Amino acid sequence: MPLDDFPIEVSHLTMAYGSRVVMEDLSFQVRRGEVFLLIGPSGCGKSTLLRHLIGLLPPAKGTIRLLGREFWELPEEEQSAFLPRIGVLFQSGGLWSSMTLEENLALPLQLHTRLDPGEIREICRCKLELVGLAGFQDYYPAQLSGGMQKRAGLARAMVLDPEILFFDEPSAGLDPVSARNLDRLIQQLRDSLGTTIVMVTHDLDSIFSVGTQAIYLDPRTRSILGRGTPQELRSQPPAPEIRDFLAGGDPERLAQRP
Amino acid sequence: MPQPQAILREGELALTGNWRRDQVRPDPRTVLQALPRHASLLLKAGDLEGWDSTLLVFLERLRQEAAAREVALETGALPEGLRTLLEMGERGRAASHRQEDTPPQEAPFLAQWGFFALGLWHTLLEVLQFLGELLFALGRLATLRSAMRPQDLRRQLYACGPAALPIIALISFLMGLVLAFVGSIPLKWFQAQPYVASLVGIGMLRLMSPVMVGIVMAGRTAAAYAAELGTMKANEELDAFQTQGVPLMDFLVLPRFLAMSLMLPLLCLFADLVSILGGMLVAVMDLGLTPHAYWNTLVTTTRTNDLVVGVLTCAILGLLDALCGCYQGMHCGRNAAAVGRATTSAVVYSIVCIVIATSLITVITVVLKY
Repeated sequence: MPLDDFPIEVSHLTMAYGSRVVMEDLSFQVRRGEVFLLIGPSGCGKSTLLRHLIGLLPPAKGTIRLLGREFWELPEEEQSAFLPRIGVLFQSGGLWSSMTLEENLALPLQLHTRLDPGEIREICRCKLELVGLAGFQDYYPAQLSGGMQKRAGLARAMVLDPEILFFDEPSAGLDPVSARNLDRLIQQLRDSLGTTIVMVTHDLDSIFSVGTQAIYLDPRTRSILGRGTPQELRSQPPAPEIRDFLAGGDPERLAQRP
Repeated sequence: MPQPQAILREGELALTGNWRRDQVRPDPRTVLQALPRHASLLLKAGDLEGWDSTLLVFLERLRQEAAAREVALETGALPEGLRTLLEMGERGRAASHRQEDTPPQEAPFLAQWGFFALGLWHTLLEVLQFLGELLFALGRLATLRSAMRPQDLRRQLYACGPAALPIIALISFLMGLVLAFVGSIPLKWFQAQPYVASLVGIGMLRLMSPVMVGIVMAGRTAAAYAAELGTMKANEELDAFQTQGVPLMDFLVLPRFLAMSLMLPLLCLFADLVSILGGMLVAVMDLGLTPHAYWNTLVTTTRTNDLVVGVLTCAILGLLDALCGCYQGMHCGRNAAAVGRATTSAVVYSIVCIVIATSLITVITVVLKY
C-alpha cells in the first residue's frame, strides 16, 4: 500500500446544485494522520463538500484525489471497490433501522471481505467493545440513545479499518459529557490507528480539542476564507467572520478560552 | 508481503509479518498448545509491518485462551497504539458486565399464543378508542367547533378525487370491456347478445365498480395515509401537534376521512360510466349492436336500486379505507421498518374489510330483495 502523504487532494473544485453554485474554486490538501476540520456557518456548504468527498455527489468542476486516485475519473465498478477504504459517520448515525447493531457492523465485512462468519462476529464484538457498546450487539438502533447510536455509527464506520474517516457533526444532538467522550474516543482511535480524519463540526470544544487543521468556508464569497490550525485561526483571524465564529458569536468568550 | 506469524520461543511470543485480513493468519488456539500451565508470556511486535482489526481479534482470542490455560500475558512491549486499543476493549468489556438488561428473549410457544391473544384484545380496544375519538371529532364538526382547516380538506379532496381519475378510468374501462367479452360467450349460445348491456350494467353498477374503486383506493390512498402519518409520527411531528394542543383527530384524520367518504361515491359513478363505455365497445365491435340499442337495453333492464346500492357500498368502502389507513398511520412505530409495516397493514386490512363489507351488503340486499 503506497503511503502517500496527502490522502485527500482537492483542486479547483466547484460545487453546484443545478445552476446554483454553492462554492467555487476550492483547493486544499489533507495530510495523513490529520484531524481536518471543515468549519463555517450553517448552510455554507460544509456538508455538501463532505458529500463530494465521500462519493455521493459528483463535482461540477475540478478534481478530487482520494488516496492517490482521481475518484470521479474511475470507472463505476472501481469506485465501489474503492469506497470501503473510507468510512463515514453520518449526522444521525445512519444506522440501518431494520438490523441489529451486529448486523449493521457485519454487512460491510460480508460485502467486502472473505472472512468467515466467526471472524466477522469477533471483529464486530471487538469494534463494539472499542466504542463502549459491548453487550449491545443484539439491540436495534431504535432501542439506543442518541449518543449510543453515534458510537455505533462510529464502530460501523471503522469496521473495515478505513484509511480515511469522515464525520458529519459527530457531537450534534449530544449532551456536553457525551460529546467530550466522543471527541476523546475519536482522538484515541486516531492516535492508535493513525487514521486520517475529516470532520464537519460546529462544536467549538471539538474544534479546539481534536482539530489539527481547519478550513473556514464562507457562504458570501463562496470560497475558503481562512485555513490553518484552529489555534492560529483564533489568534490571528484572517477575517472578522472567523473571529466571531471561533468566539461563539461572543467576543468576550474569546479571551476566556484556554 | 510476508505472512503474519506468531513465533513462540522462551517465554516470548513474537508477532511478525503484515497482519491483515486478506492474509492467512495463525490460529490463536494452536499457538499456546506447547506452553505449560502457569507460564507467563511476553508479547512482542517489533517486526510487525502492518495490522488491522484481525490482529485485535487474534489478541482477544489469545487472551481468552491464555486465561483458560492460566497463562499470564504481558502486553507491555506491544506498540502504544495497539496497547491503547486493547485497554479500550478491556474497559468496554468491564462496562458491559454492569449492563444487565438484555434485549427481550423469544417467548415459549404457549406464551406466544398468550401474547398474541392479549395483543388482539389490545388492538380491539385501540380501534374502539380510535372510532370513539373520530365520533367526537365528527360531533365537533357538526357543532362547528372543529379545528379542521378547510385547506387540508381541500387538499385531501383533490388527492383522492380528481387525482385518482386516470387510474380509475383505466381500470373500469378494462373491467367493463372484459366483463362484456366473457359474458358474450354464453349469451351467444342463447342468441341473447343484446343482454350484454344488462350484464355490464347490473354487474358493474351493483358490485364491480364499488369493489374495484375500493381496492384501488386502498392501494393508492389508504397506503399513502398510513405512510404519511407514520412518517410524521416517526419525525415527532405528531408529538409537536399534541404539545400545541392541536387535536390530531380533527387536524389529520377528519379531513382524510371526510375526503374519502365524499369522493368515493363520485368516483364510483365515474367508474360506472366508463365501464359502460368499455362494454359498449365490445357490443358494437364484436356483437354488432348499435350504441343506441345497447343503451336502451341497459336503461330498461338496470334498476335505479342497482345504482344506489353500488354508490352507497362504495361510500362505505371509502370510509373503511380511510379508517384503516389513518389508524395504521397513527399507531405506527418510530422507525423506517415500522412505517413499512403500517403501510402494508393498511392495505391488507382495507382489502379484508372491503371483502367482508361487500359480502355482508350483498347478502343483506338479496335477503331484503332490494
